[in-house]
Amino acid sequence: MSTRAKRPIPIKSSKISGAEIIYRSLEREGVKYIFGHPGAILLTLLDLFLKRSQIRHILTRHEQCAAHMAEGYARASGTVGVCLVTSGPGATNLITGITDAYMDSIPIVCLTGQVSTAMVGNDAFQEADIVGMTRTVTKHSYLVKKTDDLPRVLQEAFYIARTGRPGPVLVDLPKDVILGEAAFEVPEEPDIRGYKPTTRGHPRQIERVAAAIAEAKQPILYVGGGAIHAEAHAELLKLAETADIPVTFTLLGAGSFPSAHELSLGMLGMHGTAYANYAVCECDLLLAVGARFDDRVTGKVSEFATRAKVVHIDIDPTAIGKNKQADIPVVGDARLVLHELNKLVKAQKRPLWRKRVEKLKADFPLLFDSQSSPIKPQEAILTLSQEAGDRAIITTEVGQHQMWAAQYYNFTFPRQFISSGGLGTMGFGFPAAIGAALARPEKLAIDIAGDGSFQMVMQELATAMQYGVPVKVFLLNNYSLGMVRQWQDLFMDRRFSEVGLEVSPDYVELRPAIRKMIETPGPFILDVVVDPDELVFPMVPAGAATKDMIVRDDRKRALSGKLSALPDN
Amino acid sequence: MRQIYSILVNNHPGVLSHVAGLFTRRGYNIESIAAGPTEDSEVTRISIVAFGEPHELEQIAKQLRKLYDVRDVQQVPYNRSVTRELLLATILAGPEKRGEVFQLATAFGANVVSISDESVTLEASGNDQKIRTLLKSFERYGIAQVARTGMIALPYTGMPSDWEPLA
Repeated sequence: MSTRAKRPIPIKSSKISGAEIIYRSLEREGVKYIFGHPGAILLTLLDLFLKRSQIRHILTRHEQCAAHMAEGYARASGTVGVCLVTSGPGATNLITGITDAYMDSIPIVCLTGQVSTAMVGNDAFQEADIVGMTRTVTKHSYLVKKTDDLPRVLQEAFYIARTGRPGPVLVDLPKDVILGEAAFEVPEEPDIRGYKPTTRGHPRQIERVAAAIAEAKQPILYVGGGAIHAEAHAELLKLAETADIPVTFTLLGAGSFPSAHELSLGMLGMHGTAYANYAVCECDLLLAVGARFDDRVTGKVSEFATRAKVVHIDIDPTAIGKNKQADIPVVGDARLVLHELNKLVKAQKRPLWRKRVEKLKADFPLLFDSQSSPIKPQEAILTLSQEAGDRAIITTEVGQHQMWAAQYYNFTFPRQFISSGGLGTMGFGFPAAIGAALARPEKLAIDIAGDGSFQMVMQELATAMQYGVPVKVFLLNNYSLGMVRQWQDLFMDRRFSEVGLEVSPDYVELRPAIRKMIETPGPFILDVVVDPDELVFPMVPAGAATKDMIVRDDRKRALSGKLSALPDN
Repeated sequence: MRQIYSILVNNHPGVLSHVAGLFTRRGYNIESIAAGPTEDSEVTRISIVAFGEPHELEQIAKQLRKLYDVRDVQQVPYNRSVTRELLLATILAGPEKRGEVFQLATAFGANVVSISDESVTLEASGNDQKIRTLLKSFERYGIAQVARTGMIALPYTGMPSDWEPLA
């Protein structure tokens, strides 16, 4: 590598151990917390956590949750999350968390112990080819073969994780590499041949976008998680208000634009608002910012935004043209591109389009039947939103409760909503809330959970108690795997197979209970028993066009009509 | 559409499987793959021929460029590149047919690398059209075994000295 040539020849006396190099590298990167689970290979490194206090090690109860905590920390703070586990099963247990981070572009660095280099490949005790296993779910996976390479590799790992389209990087650390000695010398900035992310959008393309905005009659901003990673919210608000453009966001884009803003259409897609989906159907200019035209957003992609000219702003060139051809592609960082764009966009008003959008909002609002027993989950989230408001950082698990949270919580700032989007990992929200609580101690981390997801990771209650992490679990308990049950309700003639989680109910009165949860210091579970027959609407059946969404809870129609056929996925 | 990718990668262990794995993971088909050292000992050149729709072929190149160990990806247009592959083929030909086989081999610029009582093994290089024609010409004798390297390619610099019209 070219970086190696630049470094001066190491002086023997300045050599330190591999473990020390790892610790100092983490310090150099500003790491405050590391989420991990130990193993014999890591002994000398773990020893440093006793002697030094710069970095706090949080001992998780399962490695998957270490990865999710690192993700929660990264998503809440905007910095790189770090986890540290041992070889073999420790490493393989991370894979779900790593994949989750990869799908949602979350910067984490995963340090895994490995058997000694001499034993690698021999099926040694607790050996697993974690580098091979994670190749397709990381930005890069390193196997460090010499202690001399450690400083460079660790610096590169953090650099790769946080730059460009962020994502997970794995560094596999053989025992002899941790025990060995080398000089700790790194350049100011890593120099990686072949890794040079484009951050500034092409000026000519940005001019074309500005012209398209000026010409458009019915534009829509479609905003994804990339806008949050790039901290583009202020530029986004400015663009939307200056050019009078309604904004819809993806699940991961929630928080990038205030939910209650008059230009906000809420979330789009499979369980997005009907008015957002209809507005996208009608728009003549679709401005995608840090979004990737995921199938949960587009439905049948050939019928998605068919009337629109498509502008696609993304830092990852492979995201552009992957699912939907862009008329004006702009490769670059969302904040930098919108900043340049805002210099060119002139103020304008679109009264006709705004009126049309308001009519869609009035005609197809989010609806549910309010009742007190059993509690409606939507009601529970609305009440939570009123009580906790912008004091809270909300994480979710995956399922119905996640969609209701995205629909009904009033998000006011970026990084307020932390959810597993691309991979849809049940059990993500609780450990992520622990990570978020540590990253933003001034906020109240609340995991809006389903009972199915929470039971996958509830061993981390012990972690929360041990470290006194004030994380709240707002459990929407319907005694079932609600989303699968919903599909069985709609597409399998209500034959509910393997979705029941029967446990005894424990009813509470909602609003006082929420207040008690918020006011009680330390970890808290609020078990909200909700109506298991409540379904998430609107719903675009998988593979259907968004215009064919089921807008309201009209199960008879759904069952008798074309929607009774089981969707593709 | 057919596309040749000329990929410069770091000469690290596992890189070939990483590149090939990307094609598998994304569902692209590799027609042939060949790898070998370059003028720079730290760099390996991998040549891959793939089929696909134009937007797929563009996506492959973009995905390849994202790999850490990939330094450069050239999409070499088939009609503006020199392409070669090496062929070894054992032709079933006893002593009475050898003369014919030698003559035919000469016509293709192929070398005889081994002779037995029942067969003649030939070595030939050329673009895939030439290799295909050669194999077709020897079919009537019977071909016992074939080994091909897969195609390697470089873009033409200036005018080709051995320009051949392509099918």
